[in-house]
Amino acid sequence: MNTMSEATKLHIESPKIWVKNLDFYYGSLHSLKGVNLQLAANKVTAFIGPSGCGKSTLLRTLNRMYDLYPGQRATGEILFNGKNILAKDQDLNALRARVGMVFQKPTPFPMSIYDNIAFGVKLYEKLSRSDMDDRVEWALRKAALWEEVKDKLNNSGLGLSGGQQQRLCIARGVAVKPEVLLLDEPTSALDPISTAKIEELVDELKIDYTICMVTHNMQQAARISDYTAYMYLGEMIEFGQTDQIFIKPQKKQTEDYITGRFG
Amino acid sequence: MSSAIFKRRKIVNKLSLVLATLTMMISMVFLVWVLVTLVMKGFSAIAPSMFTQMTPPPGTDGGLANAIVGSLMIVGFATLVATPIGILAGVYLAEYGRRGWLAPTTRFVNDIMLSAPSIIVGLFIYTVYVANVKHFSGWGGVLALSVIAVPVVVRTTENMLRLVPNSMREAAIALGAPMWKVIFMVTLRSVKSGVMTGVLLAVARISGETAPLLFTALNNQFWSMDMNAPMANLPTVIFQFAMSPYEDWQRLAWGGALLITFGVLGLNIFVRIVLRQRTN
Repeated sequence: MNTMSEATKLHIESPKIWVKNLDFYYGSLHSLKGVNLQLAANKVTAFIGPSGCGKSTLLRTLNRMYDLYPGQRATGEILFNGKNILAKDQDLNALRARVGMVFQKPTPFPMSIYDNIAFGVKLYEKLSRSDMDDRVEWALRKAALWEEVKDKLNNSGLGLSGGQQQRLCIARGVAVKPEVLLLDEPTSALDPISTAKIEELVDELKIDYTICMVTHNMQQAARISDYTAYMYLGEMIEFGQTDQIFIKPQKKQTEDYITGRFG
Repeated sequence: MSSAIFKRRKIVNKLSLVLATLTMMISMVFLVWVLVTLVMKGFSAIAPSMFTQMTPPPGTDGGLANAIVGSLMIVGFATLVATPIGILAGVYLAEYGRRGWLAPTTRFVNDIMLSAPSIIVGLFIYTVYVANVKHFSGWGGVLALSVIAVPVVVRTTENMLRLVPNSMREAAIALGAPMWKVIFMVTLRSVKSGVMTGVLLAVARISGETAPLLFTALNNQFWSMDMNAPMANLPTVIFQFAMSPYEDWQRLAWGGALLITFGVLGLNIFVRIVLRQRTN
Protein backbone atom coordinates (compact mmCIF):
# COMPACT_ATOMS: atom_id res chain seq x y z
CA MET A 1 0.00 0.00 0.00
CA ASN A 2 1.64 3.16 -1.17
CA THR A 3 -1.31 5.34 -0.34
CA MET A 4 -0.47 5.88 3.31
CA SER A 5 1.92 8.59 2.26
CA GLU A 6 2.55 11.70 4.30
CA ALA A 7 -0.15 13.58 2.44
CA THR A 8 -2.96 11.34 3.69
CA LYS A 9 -1.70 10.69 7.18
CA LEU A 10 -3.66 13.28 9.09
CA HIS A 11 -4.57 12.05 12.54
CA ILE A 12 -8.01 12.75 13.92
CA GLU A 13 -8.96 12.08 17.53
CA SER A 14 -11.69 9.44 17.87
CA PRO A 15 -13.06 9.67 14.31
CA LYS A 16 -16.74 9.04 13.70
CA ILE A 17 -15.91 6.97 10.66
CA TRP A 18 -12.56 5.33 10.01
CA VAL A 19 -11.92 3.91 6.55
CA LYS A 20 -9.03 1.48 6.47
CA ASN A 21 -7.46 0.05 3.32
CA LEU A 22 -10.69 0.17 1.40
CA ASP A 23 -10.79 -1.41 -2.05
CA PHE A 24 -13.88 -1.32 -4.20
CA TYR A 25 -14.82 -3.25 -7.32
CA TYR A 26 -17.54 -2.77 -9.93
CA GLY A 27 -17.33 -6.31 -11.20
CA SER A 28 -13.74 -6.59 -12.33
CA LEU A 29 -13.17 -2.82 -12.38
CA HIS A 30 -10.98 -1.86 -9.45
CA SER A 31 -12.26 1.60 -8.64
CA LEU A 32 -11.06 2.36 -5.10
CA LYS A 33 -7.51 1.46 -4.28
CA GLY A 34 -6.42 1.16 -0.69
CA VAL A 35 -8.28 4.24 0.54
CA ASN A 36 -7.64 5.41 4.10
CA LEU A 37 -9.65 8.18 5.66
CA GLN A 38 -10.91 9.44 8.98
CA LEU A 39 -14.08 11.48 9.32
CA ALA A 40 -14.13 13.79 12.32
CA ALA A 41 -17.31 14.00 14.35
CA ASN A 42 -19.35 17.19 13.97
CA LYS A 43 -17.24 18.42 11.10
CA VAL A 44 -17.80 18.72 7.38
CA THR A 45 -15.52 16.66 5.19
CA ALA A 46 -15.53 17.36 1.45
CA PHE A 47 -14.49 14.89 -1.25
CA ILE A 48 -13.15 16.57 -4.36
CA GLY A 49 -11.60 15.29 -7.55
CA PRO A 50 -12.33 14.94 -11.26
CA SER A 51 -15.28 12.87 -12.52
CA GLY A 52 -14.75 9.16 -12.16
CA CYS A 53 -12.14 9.51 -9.41
CA GLY A 54 -14.22 7.44 -7.00
CA LYS A 55 -15.50 10.08 -4.60
CA SER A 56 -19.16 9.11 -5.04
CA THR A 57 -18.18 5.46 -4.85
CA LEU A 58 -16.45 6.13 -1.55
CA LEU A 59 -19.50 7.95 -0.24
CA ARG A 60 -21.74 5.07 -1.25
CA THR A 61 -19.66 2.58 0.72
CA LEU A 62 -20.31 4.53 3.93
CA ASN A 63 -23.97 3.48 4.02
CA ARG A 64 -23.38 0.38 1.89
CA MET A 65 -25.67 1.68 -0.84
CA TYR A 66 -23.61 -0.34 -3.32
CA ASP A 67 -25.02 -3.50 -1.74
CA LEU A 68 -28.16 -3.10 -3.86
CA TYR A 69 -26.31 -3.96 -7.00
CA PRO A 70 -24.94 -7.36 -7.85
CA GLY A 71 -21.25 -7.39 -8.74
CA GLN A 72 -20.28 -4.45 -6.58
CA ARG A 73 -18.14 -5.26 -3.57
CA ALA A 74 -15.82 -3.68 -1.07
CA THR A 75 -12.92 -5.09 0.91
CA GLY A 76 -11.08 -3.56 3.83
CA GLU A 77 -12.62 -2.00 6.89
CA ILE A 78 -14.96 0.88 7.60
CA LEU A 79 -15.29 1.49 11.31
CA PHE A 80 -18.41 3.41 12.32
CA ASN A 81 -18.31 4.17 16.05
CA GLY A 82 -15.61 1.51 16.22
CA LYS A 83 -17.61 -1.25 14.52
CA ASN A 84 -16.82 -2.61 11.06
CA ILE A 85 -19.86 -1.93 8.87
CA LEU A 86 -18.50 -4.05 6.03
CA ALA A 87 -18.92 -7.10 8.25
CA LYS A 88 -21.43 -9.67 6.99
CA ASP A 89 -23.61 -9.44 10.08
CA GLN A 90 -24.14 -5.69 9.73
CA ASP A 91 -27.88 -4.90 9.62
CA LEU A 92 -28.16 -2.61 6.57
CA ASN A 93 -31.44 -0.94 7.48
CA ALA A 94 -30.15 -0.10 10.95
CA LEU A 95 -26.95 1.28 9.44
CA ARG A 96 -28.82 3.44 6.94
CA ALA A 97 -31.07 4.81 9.64
CA ARG A 98 -27.94 6.16 11.32
CA VAL A 99 -26.05 7.19 8.20
CA GLY A 100 -28.42 9.28 6.09
CA MET A 101 -27.92 10.31 2.49
CA VAL A 102 -29.03 13.11 0.18
CA PHE A 103 -28.60 12.72 -3.56
CA GLN A 104 -27.62 14.90 -6.46
CA LYS A 105 -31.10 15.03 -7.94
CA PRO A 106 -33.97 15.87 -5.61
CA THR A 107 -36.07 12.75 -5.06
CA PRO A 108 -39.30 13.65 -3.26
CA PHE A 109 -41.58 10.64 -2.77
CA PRO A 110 -44.98 10.68 -4.49
CA MET A 111 -46.79 11.77 -1.34
CA SER A 112 -47.53 14.92 0.64
CA ILE A 113 -44.79 17.12 2.06
CA TYR A 114 -45.77 15.99 5.54
CA ASP A 115 -45.68 12.31 4.62
CA ASN A 116 -42.33 12.72 2.88
CA ILE A 117 -40.86 13.63 6.26
CA ALA A 118 -42.96 11.23 8.32
CA PHE A 119 -42.14 8.24 6.08
CA GLY A 120 -38.62 7.79 7.44
CA VAL A 121 -39.55 8.64 11.03
CA LYS A 122 -42.34 6.06 11.09
CA LEU A 123 -39.87 3.33 10.18
CA TYR A 124 -38.16 3.43 13.54
CA GLU A 125 -40.27 5.44 15.94
CA LYS A 126 -43.85 5.29 17.03
CA LEU A 127 -44.85 8.87 17.63
CA SER A 128 -48.22 10.31 18.56
CA ARG A 129 -49.84 12.59 16.01
CA SER A 130 -48.75 15.73 17.86
CA ASP A 131 -45.20 14.48 18.40
CA MET A 132 -45.03 13.69 14.71
CA ASP A 133 -46.29 17.18 13.87
CA ASP A 134 -43.53 18.60 16.05
CA ARG A 135 -40.91 16.40 14.41
CA VAL A 136 -42.01 17.39 10.91
CA GLU A 137 -41.88 21.06 11.84
CA TRP A 138 -38.49 20.63 13.51
CA ALA A 139 -37.01 18.91 10.45
CA LEU A 140 -38.46 21.45 8.03
CA ARG A 141 -37.10 24.29 10.16
CA LYS A 142 -33.68 22.62 10.22
CA ALA A 143 -33.76 22.52 6.43
CA ALA A 144 -34.88 26.17 6.24
CA LEU A 145 -38.04 25.16 4.45
CA TRP A 146 -40.70 25.57 7.13
CA GLU A 147 -41.69 29.14 6.34
CA GLU A 148 -42.24 28.30 2.68
CA VAL A 149 -44.35 25.17 3.14
CA LYS A 150 -46.07 25.46 6.54
CA ASP A 151 -49.44 26.26 4.92
CA LYS A 152 -49.32 23.46 2.37
CA LEU A 153 -48.01 20.46 4.25
CA ASN A 154 -50.67 18.28 2.64
CA ASN A 155 -49.73 19.21 -0.89
CA SER A 156 -47.65 16.83 -2.94
CA GLY A 157 -43.90 17.13 -2.52
CA LEU A 158 -43.61 16.95 -6.30
CA GLY A 159 -45.16 20.41 -6.60
CA LEU A 160 -42.21 22.20 -5.01
CA SER A 161 -39.41 23.92 -6.93
CA GLY A 162 -36.10 22.11 -7.43
CA GLY A 163 -34.38 23.95 -4.58
CA GLN A 164 -37.31 23.38 -2.26
CA GLN A 165 -37.44 19.71 -3.21
CA GLN A 166 -33.77 19.34 -2.34
CA ARG A 167 -34.30 21.00 1.04
CA LEU A 168 -37.27 18.69 1.55
CA CYS A 169 -34.94 15.75 0.93
CA ILE A 170 -32.48 17.15 3.46
CA ALA A 171 -35.32 17.62 5.96
CA ARG A 172 -36.33 14.03 5.32
CA GLY A 173 -32.80 12.87 6.02
CA VAL A 174 -32.50 15.01 9.13
CA ALA A 175 -35.89 13.96 10.52
CA VAL A 176 -34.78 10.43 11.34
CA LYS A 177 -31.93 11.93 13.42
CA PRO A 178 -29.00 10.06 11.93
CA GLU A 179 -25.47 10.49 13.23
CA VAL A 180 -23.87 11.00 9.85
CA LEU A 181 -25.24 12.75 6.79
CA LEU A 182 -23.82 11.90 3.36
CA LEU A 183 -24.39 14.53 0.69
CA ASP A 184 -23.72 13.52 -2.91
CA GLU A 185 -23.34 16.77 -4.88
CA PRO A 186 -26.44 18.17 -3.21
CA THR A 187 -26.34 21.54 -4.97
CA SER A 188 -25.19 20.64 -8.47
CA ALA A 189 -28.72 20.86 -9.87
CA LEU A 190 -29.64 24.06 -8.03
CA ASP A 191 -29.53 27.79 -8.69
CA PRO A 192 -27.13 30.02 -6.70
CA ILE A 193 -29.75 31.15 -4.18
CA SER A 194 -30.87 27.64 -3.31
CA THR A 195 -27.21 26.62 -3.20
CA ALA A 196 -26.42 29.36 -0.70
CA LYS A 197 -29.35 28.26 1.46
CA ILE A 198 -28.16 24.68 1.48
CA GLU A 199 -24.59 25.71 2.27
CA GLU A 200 -25.79 27.73 5.25
CA LEU A 201 -27.80 24.74 6.28
CA VAL A 202 -24.81 22.40 6.16
CA ASP A 203 -22.92 24.81 8.37
CA GLU A 204 -25.72 24.67 10.94
CA LEU A 205 -26.28 20.94 10.69
CA LYS A 206 -22.73 20.07 11.67
CA ILE A 207 -23.52 21.09 15.23
CA ASP A 208 -25.53 17.89 15.49
CA TYR A 209 -24.25 15.73 12.67
CA THR A 210 -21.09 14.51 11.05
CA ILE A 211 -21.28 15.56 7.44
CA CYS A 212 -19.58 14.14 4.42
CA MET A 213 -20.05 15.78 1.07
CA VAL A 214 -19.06 15.15 -2.52
CA THR A 215 -18.73 18.29 -4.59
CA HIS A 216 -17.44 19.40 -7.96
CA ASN A 217 -17.42 22.97 -6.81
CA MET A 218 -14.05 23.87 -5.37
CA GLN A 219 -15.22 27.14 -3.87
CA GLN A 220 -17.98 25.27 -2.13
CA ALA A 221 -15.54 22.83 -0.59
CA ALA A 222 -13.37 25.73 0.52
CA ARG A 223 -16.34 27.63 1.95
CA ILE A 224 -18.07 25.01 4.01
CA SER A 225 -15.78 22.09 4.77
CA ASP A 226 -13.40 21.59 7.68
CA TYR A 227 -11.51 18.77 6.03
CA THR A 228 -10.95 18.04 2.37
CA ALA A 229 -10.00 14.85 0.62
CA TYR A 230 -8.62 15.01 -2.91
CA MET A 231 -9.02 11.84 -4.91
CA TYR A 232 -7.74 10.82 -8.30
CA LEU A 233 -8.25 7.56 -10.20
CA GLY A 234 -9.53 5.73 -7.14
CA GLU A 235 -6.72 6.78 -4.85
CA MET A 236 -6.72 9.15 -1.93
CA ILE A 237 -4.09 11.65 -3.04
CA GLU A 238 -4.27 14.13 -0.23
CA PHE A 239 -6.35 14.55 2.88
CA GLY A 240 -6.10 17.34 5.38
CA GLN A 241 -7.62 20.42 6.88
CA THR A 242 -9.39 22.43 4.22
CA ASP A 243 -7.31 25.58 4.82
CA GLN A 244 -4.17 23.63 4.36
CA ILE A 245 -5.33 21.83 1.22
CA PHE A 246 -6.37 25.05 -0.43
CA ILE A 247 -3.55 27.30 0.76
CA LYS A 248 -0.61 24.98 0.96
CA PRO A 249 -1.28 21.59 -0.63
CA GLN A 250 1.52 19.12 -0.09
CA LYS A 251 1.25 17.51 -3.48
CA LYS A 252 1.72 19.01 -6.89
CA GLN A 253 -1.28 17.02 -8.20
CA THR A 254 -3.60 18.54 -5.62
CA GLU A 255 -2.35 22.01 -6.34
CA ASP A 256 -2.86 21.54 -10.07
CA TYR A 257 -6.42 20.40 -9.53
CA ILE A 258 -7.53 23.12 -7.16
CA THR A 259 -5.95 25.85 -9.21
CA GLY A 260 -7.62 24.53 -12.34
CA ARG A 261 -4.45 23.56 -14.16
CA PHE A 262 -5.53 19.95 -14.19
CA GLY A 263 -5.36 18.06 -17.49
CA MET B 1 -23.83 25.84 -46.35
CA SER B 2 -25.98 26.08 -49.41
CA SER B 3 -29.69 26.58 -49.25
CA ALA B 4 -30.10 23.36 -51.20
CA ILE B 5 -29.44 21.32 -48.11
CA PHE B 6 -32.15 23.15 -46.21
CA LYS B 7 -34.54 22.73 -49.07
CA ARG B 8 -33.84 19.01 -49.07
CA ARG B 9 -34.45 18.79 -45.34
CA LYS B 10 -37.74 20.61 -45.70
CA ILE B 11 -38.89 18.18 -48.37
CA VAL B 12 -37.85 15.13 -46.35
CA ASN B 13 -39.61 16.60 -43.35
CA LYS B 14 -42.82 17.13 -45.31
CA LEU B 15 -42.57 13.66 -46.77
CA SER B 16 -42.26 11.93 -43.40
CA LEU B 17 -45.13 13.99 -42.03
CA VAL B 18 -47.33 12.96 -44.95
CA LEU B 19 -46.37 9.28 -44.57
CA ALA B 20 -47.04 9.27 -40.82
CA THR B 21 -50.37 11.03 -41.26
CA LEU B 22 -51.38 8.63 -44.01
CA THR B 23 -50.68 5.48 -41.98
CA MET B 24 -52.47 7.01 -39.01
CA MET B 25 -55.50 7.71 -41.20
CA ILE B 26 -55.55 4.17 -42.57
CA SER B 27 -55.66 2.63 -39.13
CA MET B 28 -58.22 5.17 -37.94
CA VAL B 29 -60.48 4.44 -40.93
CA PHE B 30 -60.78 0.79 -39.93
CA LEU B 31 -61.28 1.59 -36.27
CA VAL B 32 -64.04 4.09 -37.02
CA TRP B 33 -65.56 1.72 -39.57
CA VAL B 34 -65.78 -1.04 -36.97
CA LEU B 35 -67.31 1.30 -34.40
CA VAL B 36 -69.83 2.79 -36.82
CA THR B 37 -70.98 -0.62 -38.03
CA LEU B 38 -71.25 -1.76 -34.44
CA VAL B 39 -73.35 1.20 -33.41
CA MET B 40 -75.59 1.05 -36.49
CA LYS B 41 -76.33 -2.65 -36.20
CA GLY B 42 -76.31 -2.90 -32.45
CA PHE B 43 -78.15 0.22 -31.44
CA SER B 44 -81.55 -1.11 -32.47
CA ALA B 45 -81.09 -4.07 -30.14
CA ILE B 46 -80.50 -1.87 -27.12
CA ALA B 47 -83.75 -1.85 -25.18
CA PRO B 48 -84.71 -2.30 -21.53
CA SER B 49 -85.66 -5.87 -22.29
CA MET B 50 -82.06 -6.61 -23.17
CA PHE B 51 -81.12 -6.10 -19.54
CA THR B 52 -84.15 -7.81 -17.99
CA GLN B 53 -84.90 -10.87 -20.11
CA MET B 54 -83.04 -14.11 -20.63
CA THR B 55 -81.53 -15.30 -23.89
CA PRO B 56 -84.53 -16.51 -25.90
CA PRO B 57 -85.18 -19.47 -28.10
CA PRO B 58 -85.36 -18.41 -31.73
CA GLY B 59 -88.50 -16.56 -32.69
CA THR B 60 -89.42 -15.27 -29.25
CA ASP B 61 -88.66 -12.05 -27.41
CA GLY B 62 -85.73 -12.02 -25.08
CA GLY B 63 -82.66 -10.23 -23.84
CA LEU B 64 -79.15 -10.83 -22.61
CA ALA B 65 -79.61 -10.46 -18.85
CA ASN B 66 -78.13 -13.85 -17.95
CA ALA B 67 -75.19 -13.36 -20.33
CA ILE B 68 -74.49 -9.85 -19.04
CA VAL B 69 -74.45 -10.97 -15.41
CA GLY B 70 -72.44 -14.08 -16.28
CA SER B 71 -69.84 -12.02 -18.12
CA LEU B 72 -69.62 -9.50 -15.28
CA MET B 73 -69.09 -12.27 -12.75
CA ILE B 74 -66.55 -14.25 -14.77
CA VAL B 75 -64.56 -11.20 -15.85
CA GLY B 76 -64.87 -9.67 -12.37
CA PHE B 77 -63.56 -12.74 -10.56
CA ALA B 78 -60.84 -13.25 -13.17
CA THR B 79 -59.70 -9.65 -12.62
CA LEU B 80 -59.71 -10.17 -8.85
CA VAL B 81 -57.55 -13.27 -9.28
CA ALA B 82 -55.21 -11.88 -11.92
CA THR B 83 -54.56 -8.39 -10.51
CA PRO B 84 -52.71 -9.31 -7.29
CA ILE B 85 -50.85 -12.19 -8.93
CA GLY B 86 -49.87 -10.06 -11.91
CA ILE B 87 -48.79 -7.05 -9.86
CA LEU B 88 -46.78 -9.12 -7.40
CA ALA B 89 -45.09 -11.06 -10.19
CA GLY B 90 -44.31 -7.79 -11.97
CA VAL B 91 -42.84 -6.43 -8.74
CA TYR B 92 -40.67 -9.52 -8.46
CA LEU B 93 -39.36 -9.15 -11.99
CA ALA B 94 -38.64 -5.43 -11.69
CA GLU B 95 -37.46 -5.13 -8.09
CA TYR B 96 -36.14 -8.44 -6.82
CA GLY B 97 -35.11 -10.25 -9.97
CA ARG B 98 -31.77 -8.54 -10.38
CA ARG B 99 -29.75 -11.66 -9.73
CA GLY B 100 -30.12 -15.29 -10.74
CA TRP B 101 -31.92 -17.16 -13.49
CA LEU B 102 -35.49 -17.18 -12.17
CA ALA B 103 -36.46 -13.70 -13.31
CA PRO B 104 -35.19 -13.89 -16.90
CA THR B 105 -36.84 -17.28 -17.28
CA THR B 106 -40.12 -16.03 -15.86
CA ARG B 107 -40.00 -13.00 -18.15
CA PHE B 108 -39.44 -15.24 -21.16
CA VAL B 109 -42.29 -17.58 -20.27
CA ASN B 110 -44.51 -14.59 -19.54
CA ASP B 111 -43.83 -13.16 -23.00
CA ILE B 112 -44.82 -16.49 -24.54
CA MET B 113 -48.02 -16.54 -22.46
CA LEU B 114 -48.74 -12.99 -23.57
CA SER B 115 -49.02 -14.07 -27.17
CA ALA B 116 -50.37 -17.60 -26.61
CA PRO B 117 -53.52 -18.30 -28.62
CA SER B 118 -56.42 -18.12 -26.20
CA ILE B 119 -57.96 -21.31 -27.52
CA ILE B 120 -54.94 -23.17 -26.15
CA VAL B 121 -55.49 -21.65 -22.76
CA GLY B 122 -59.12 -22.82 -22.95
CA LEU B 123 -58.04 -26.35 -23.85
CA PHE B 124 -55.51 -26.32 -21.03
CA ILE B 125 -58.07 -25.38 -18.38
CA TYR B 126 -60.47 -27.91 -19.93
CA THR B 127 -57.89 -30.65 -19.48
CA VAL B 128 -56.64 -29.82 -16.01
CA TYR B 129 -59.87 -28.56 -14.44
CA VAL B 130 -63.10 -29.07 -16.39
CA ALA B 131 -62.31 -32.66 -17.36
CA ASN B 132 -61.40 -33.47 -13.77
CA VAL B 133 -64.52 -32.05 -12.12
CA LYS B 134 -66.50 -33.48 -15.05
CA HIS B 135 -68.71 -30.43 -15.74
CA PHE B 136 -68.43 -27.01 -17.34
CA SER B 137 -68.53 -24.16 -14.85
CA GLY B 138 -68.17 -20.44 -14.27
CA TRP B 139 -65.05 -21.08 -12.22
CA GLY B 140 -63.48 -22.82 -15.18
CA GLY B 141 -64.07 -19.64 -17.17
CA VAL B 142 -62.55 -17.57 -14.37
CA LEU B 143 -59.44 -19.76 -14.40
CA ALA B 144 -59.03 -19.53 -18.18
CA LEU B 145 -59.49 -15.76 -18.28
CA SER B 146 -57.09 -15.30 -15.33
CA VAL B 147 -54.41 -17.23 -17.19
CA ILE B 148 -54.86 -14.82 -20.08
CA ALA B 149 -54.97 -11.69 -17.92
CA VAL B 150 -51.99 -12.37 -15.65
CA PRO B 151 -49.26 -11.95 -18.32
CA VAL B 152 -50.72 -8.60 -19.40
CA VAL B 153 -50.65 -7.26 -15.85
CA VAL B 154 -47.17 -8.68 -15.22
CA ARG B 155 -45.79 -7.03 -18.35
CA THR B 156 -47.20 -3.57 -17.72
CA THR B 157 -46.38 -3.61 -14.01
CA GLU B 158 -42.78 -4.52 -14.72
CA ASN B 159 -42.46 -1.95 -17.49
CA MET B 160 -43.92 0.77 -15.30
CA LEU B 161 -41.66 -0.05 -12.35
CA ARG B 162 -38.64 0.01 -14.62
CA LEU B 163 -39.46 3.62 -15.44
CA VAL B 164 -39.01 4.59 -11.78
CA PRO B 165 -35.53 6.12 -11.53
CA ASN B 166 -33.13 4.20 -9.32
CA SER B 167 -32.50 7.40 -7.39
CA MET B 168 -36.05 7.19 -6.02
CA ARG B 169 -35.42 3.67 -4.73
CA GLU B 170 -32.05 4.63 -3.30
CA ALA B 171 -33.55 7.64 -1.54
CA ALA B 172 -36.05 5.45 0.28
CA ILE B 173 -33.47 2.77 1.03
CA ALA B 174 -31.07 5.43 2.33
CA LEU B 175 -33.60 6.19 5.07
CA GLY B 176 -33.29 2.62 6.24
CA ALA B 177 -36.59 1.44 4.78
CA PRO B 178 -36.89 -2.30 4.18
CA MET B 179 -37.33 -3.32 0.56
CA TRP B 180 -41.03 -4.18 0.77
CA LYS B 181 -41.84 -0.76 2.18
CA VAL B 182 -39.80 0.92 -0.51
CA ILE B 183 -41.77 -0.98 -3.13
CA PHE B 184 -45.27 -0.60 -1.79
CA MET B 185 -45.05 2.90 -0.37
CA VAL B 186 -42.74 4.59 -2.85
CA THR B 187 -42.06 2.91 -6.19
CA LEU B 188 -45.40 1.21 -6.81
CA ARG B 189 -47.16 4.33 -5.63
CA SER B 190 -45.35 6.53 -8.10
CA VAL B 191 -46.56 4.42 -11.03
CA LYS B 192 -50.04 3.71 -9.70
CA SER B 193 -51.86 5.02 -12.76
CA GLY B 194 -49.63 3.06 -15.14
CA VAL B 195 -50.25 -0.16 -13.24
CA MET B 196 -54.00 0.51 -13.23
CA THR B 197 -53.85 1.02 -17.00
CA GLY B 198 -52.27 -2.43 -17.25
CA VAL B 199 -55.12 -3.96 -15.27
CA LEU B 200 -57.62 -2.20 -17.55
CA LEU B 201 -55.84 -3.51 -20.62
CA ALA B 202 -56.19 -6.99 -19.18
CA VAL B 203 -59.89 -6.45 -18.46
CA ALA B 204 -60.42 -5.20 -21.99
CA ARG B 205 -58.59 -8.18 -23.38
CA ILE B 206 -60.52 -10.83 -21.44
CA SER B 207 -63.93 -9.19 -21.84
CA GLY B 208 -64.08 -10.26 -25.45
CA GLU B 209 -62.39 -13.66 -25.22
CA THR B 210 -64.62 -16.38 -26.63
CA ALA B 211 -62.50 -19.45 -27.30
CA PRO B 212 -61.39 -20.08 -23.70
CA LEU B 213 -64.98 -19.79 -22.44
CA LEU B 214 -66.28 -22.30 -25.00
CA PHE B 215 -64.21 -24.97 -23.26
CA THR B 216 -64.86 -23.87 -19.70
CA ALA B 217 -67.93 -21.82 -18.79
CA LEU B 218 -69.74 -23.00 -21.93
CA ASN B 219 -73.11 -21.27 -21.94
CA ASN B 220 -76.45 -21.36 -20.18
CA GLN B 221 -79.82 -20.39 -21.54
CA PHE B 222 -81.22 -19.68 -18.12
CA TRP B 223 -80.57 -17.33 -15.25
CA SER B 224 -77.82 -18.75 -13.08
CA MET B 225 -75.45 -17.23 -10.58
CA ASP B 226 -73.98 -20.58 -9.64
CA MET B 227 -70.28 -20.37 -10.46
CA ASN B 228 -70.09 -24.16 -10.23
CA ALA B 229 -72.48 -24.64 -13.14
CA PRO B 230 -72.23 -23.74 -16.83
CA MET B 231 -72.67 -20.01 -17.12
CA ALA B 232 -73.99 -17.71 -19.79
CA ASN B 233 -71.62 -15.02 -21.01
CA LEU B 234 -71.65 -12.38 -23.72
CA PRO B 235 -68.86 -13.65 -26.00
CA THR B 236 -70.22 -17.17 -26.40
CA VAL B 237 -73.77 -15.87 -26.80
CA ILE B 238 -72.54 -13.48 -29.48
CA PHE B 239 -70.69 -16.34 -31.14
CA GLN B 240 -73.71 -18.61 -31.07
CA PHE B 241 -76.30 -15.99 -32.03
CA ALA B 242 -74.26 -14.30 -34.73
CA MET B 243 -73.69 -17.63 -36.51
CA SER B 244 -77.38 -18.53 -36.38
CA PRO B 245 -79.78 -17.99 -39.26
CA TYR B 246 -82.35 -16.27 -37.01
CA GLU B 247 -82.59 -12.52 -37.45
CA ASP B 248 -83.62 -11.70 -33.88
CA TRP B 249 -80.66 -13.70 -32.56
CA GLN B 250 -78.32 -11.84 -34.89
CA ARG B 251 -79.75 -8.55 -33.68
CA LEU B 252 -79.10 -9.53 -30.05
CA ALA B 253 -75.56 -10.54 -30.97
CA TRP B 254 -74.89 -7.06 -32.35
CA GLY B 255 -76.37 -5.57 -29.20
CA GLY B 256 -74.09 -7.69 -27.05
CA ALA B 257 -71.04 -6.70 -29.06
CA LEU B 258 -71.93 -3.03 -28.67
CA LEU B 259 -72.39 -3.54 -24.95
CA ILE B 260 -68.93 -5.11 -24.45
CA THR B 261 -67.23 -2.40 -26.49
CA PHE B 262 -68.83 0.49 -24.68
CA GLY B 263 -68.57 -1.26 -21.33
CA VAL B 264 -64.78 -1.46 -21.70
CA LEU B 265 -64.62 2.09 -23.04
CA GLY B 266 -66.74 3.37 -20.14
CA LEU B 267 -64.60 1.56 -17.58
CA ASN B 268 -61.47 3.08 -19.12
CA ILE B 269 -62.83 6.60 -18.98
CA PHE B 270 -64.12 6.13 -15.44
CA VAL B 271 -60.80 4.86 -14.06
CA ARG B 272 -58.89 7.62 -15.84
CA ILE B 273 -61.10 10.29 -14.29
CA VAL B 274 -60.82 8.77 -10.82
CA LEU B 275 -57.03 8.49 -11.08
CA ARG B 276 -56.68 12.04 -12.35
CA GLN B 277 -58.73 13.41 -9.47
CA ARG B 278 -56.67 11.48 -6.95
CA THR B 279 -53.36 12.74 -8.26
CA ASN B 280 -54.46 16.37 -8.31
